[in-house]
Amino acid sequence: MPPGPGFVKESRTVQFYLKKLVFYVVALWAAVTLNFLIPRLMPGNPVDVLIAKMGATGQPVTRQTREALAIALGQGNSTNWFVQYGEYINNLVHGNLGVSIVDFPASVTTVISQALPWTICLIGLSTLISFLLGIGLGVLAGWKRGSWLDNLIPVTTMFQAVPYFWLALILVLLLTRLTHFFPFAGGYNVYGGLVPGFTPQFIGSAVYYGFLPALTIVLSSVGGWMLGMRNMMVSTLSEDYILTAEAKGLKPSRVRLTYAARNAVLPSLSGFAISLGFVVAGSIVTEEVFSYPGIGQLLWTAVSNDDYALMQGIFLVISVSVLVANLVVDLLYALIDPRTRARS
Amino acid sequence: MTSAISLDEQAVMPTAPRPARRSIAQLLPSRSPKLVVGLSIAGVIILWAIIGPLIVGNPNAISTSMFQTPGTAGHLLGTTQTGQDVWSQIAYGTRGSLIIGFSVGIISTVLSAIFGILGAYIGGALDETFALFTNIVLVIPGLPLVIVIGNYIPVNQRGLFLIAIVLALTGWAGSARVLRAVTLSVRNRDYVAASRVSGEKTWRILVVEILPNLIPVMASQFVFAMIFAILGEAGLSFLGLGASNSFTLGTILFQAYNDLALTQGAWWWFVPPGLVIALFGCALSLINFSIDEIINPKLRNSTRAVRKKWGLSPAQIRQLDEEQIK
Repeated sequence: MPPGPGFVKESRTVQFYLKKLVFYVVALWAAVTLNFLIPRLMPGNPVDVLIAKMGATGQPVTRQTREALAIALGQGNSTNWFVQYGEYINNLVHGNLGVSIVDFPASVTTVISQALPWTICLIGLSTLISFLLGIGLGVLAGWKRGSWLDNLIPVTTMFQAVPYFWLALILVLLLTRLTHFFPFAGGYNVYGGLVPGFTPQFIGSAVYYGFLPALTIVLSSVGGWMLGMRNMMVSTLSEDYILTAEAKGLKPSRVRLTYAARNAVLPSLSGFAISLGFVVAGSIVTEEVFSYPGIGQLLWTAVSNDDYALMQGIFLVISVSVLVANLVVDLLYALIDPRTRARS
Repeated sequence: MTSAISLDEQAVMPTAPRPARRSIAQLLPSRSPKLVVGLSIAGVIILWAIIGPLIVGNPNAISTSMFQTPGTAGHLLGTTQTGQDVWSQIAYGTRGSLIIGFSVGIISTVLSAIFGILGAYIGGALDETFALFTNIVLVIPGLPLVIVIGNYIPVNQRGLFLIAIVLALTGWAGSARVLRAVTLSVRNRDYVAASRVSGEKTWRILVVEILPNLIPVMASQFVFAMIFAILGEAGLSFLGLGASNSFTLGTILFQAYNDLALTQGAWWWFVPPGLVIALFGCALSLINFSIDEIINPKLRNSTRAVRKKWGLSPAQIRQLDEEQIK
């Protein structure tokens, strides 16, 4: 007996999700392997760099120091890359990313896990706000072509062409130095005796301290979403099915959202990976300006202190987070556009 | 001699192929104010990057007049903490940033053409592999990768071009994906099939039939890559991982931030470099807008400015707006 149409549809859906999952597993493997290869392919040897630094500060350097450093940096005793790769993967599976030099003797995993929630909240929330705001404004601008909102778009793209950290510097100058509306550094009021936790005082303080970094990210990224959405809205609105929908006498709001916006938002979603790359890159540097206790600030600390284990751990964590975010968006895409499921 | 003859022929011919000339004129959005403004700003900045370093003084020359406000004692934009002239630094910095921008633009356009156009045209397993590779590069976050790579490169080897190569290697994937999509749609058109049937060589179909259709998209991706590179370099330099021994707008910002320009209120040190980046980025975006309007005529026909050119009265324009806008 041939399978019915319902069965076919279901298996296609499963196939689609399976395909996506396989892709992200491959991408994860690529990121992990890249993280393994970079230190080995680059001209500079981290052990040499650290030895040179220790020598310069007058610390005693012996053969044992060198060996200890090599082990600490995960180079191990073996010179065989395959053996090293095996050890590396094994360590990763057990969540062992090495020992941080900056916060010696804390493990890289501990150091990162303290900073990660800050960044995920900051970037996650501000990206979400920026995405929703940009898409919403883009829908309106595309719907009312030539309106004041539409003419505002070149201004918002100017914010996009500004380096995040420079915008952050300007905001710091204007809102914390010249006028004292906001605190200029930190993630919450450290001196107020606040303990991180789900208390209203702490969350209030965290929101207050996180406002400027979030504003920077939203201001810089909202223009891109808005422009993309506006252009797709304009293209979509000239489609025949929009005319049909109007001819049927549907309410304008229904035509706008269910007919035009749902189709127009698809390229924005499929381009999410590119935009997210920009946001993550910008936020790393922004955190540094605001001394925000997140991953970006930590990465900067790792870089300026030659903490290679921490740096690579951070790269891995950022990669995984970005992959997860993209996976979520891909699944959302399939939800909005049933054709992807049917076609695959 | 042959080239001279062909040139003469072109000079003589204009009377005959008038439609061809008109179509080229239509393709170029010469009257678009966005393009004019964008090109002028970008032109002035590029010109300044070329000429500026020749006429300003030594950007490294230190003096005792530190943190001078703009306009004092021959320092148009004031001085830094060590008394260096900000105006001279910006001239050199603009040049450095633009060199990076153009290099990255060229390298990543070539890379994206290889992975996007070639793969999509040849198709089959090669296309699948290229597309998979492109998508993987796309989802791996660029700047963190550049930071890690940059930190492993010894400082004395970290030149402008090396930074450009690293930025290009991490930044081509987005354009490759766009180019692949466009190529896929172009290669399935009838005229391409016709030239294939008539026995044209593969490279000829690719270069003569397909590539011209991709040029606007490639141009827009080139411009995009430049913005990406200049912003990326600025971020990288701001973290202290920029090109050593050369000025870019990012390294100026890095120095300004590290030498406490912010706490000293020395806005003239860090505001102008960012403004140059912003202006240049804005100009490039405006150019990109007009390229978008060439690629997608729907974007160009329905703006209020265009309707005004149809010679309608304000009342008619308003009526048209109301008909279109519910």
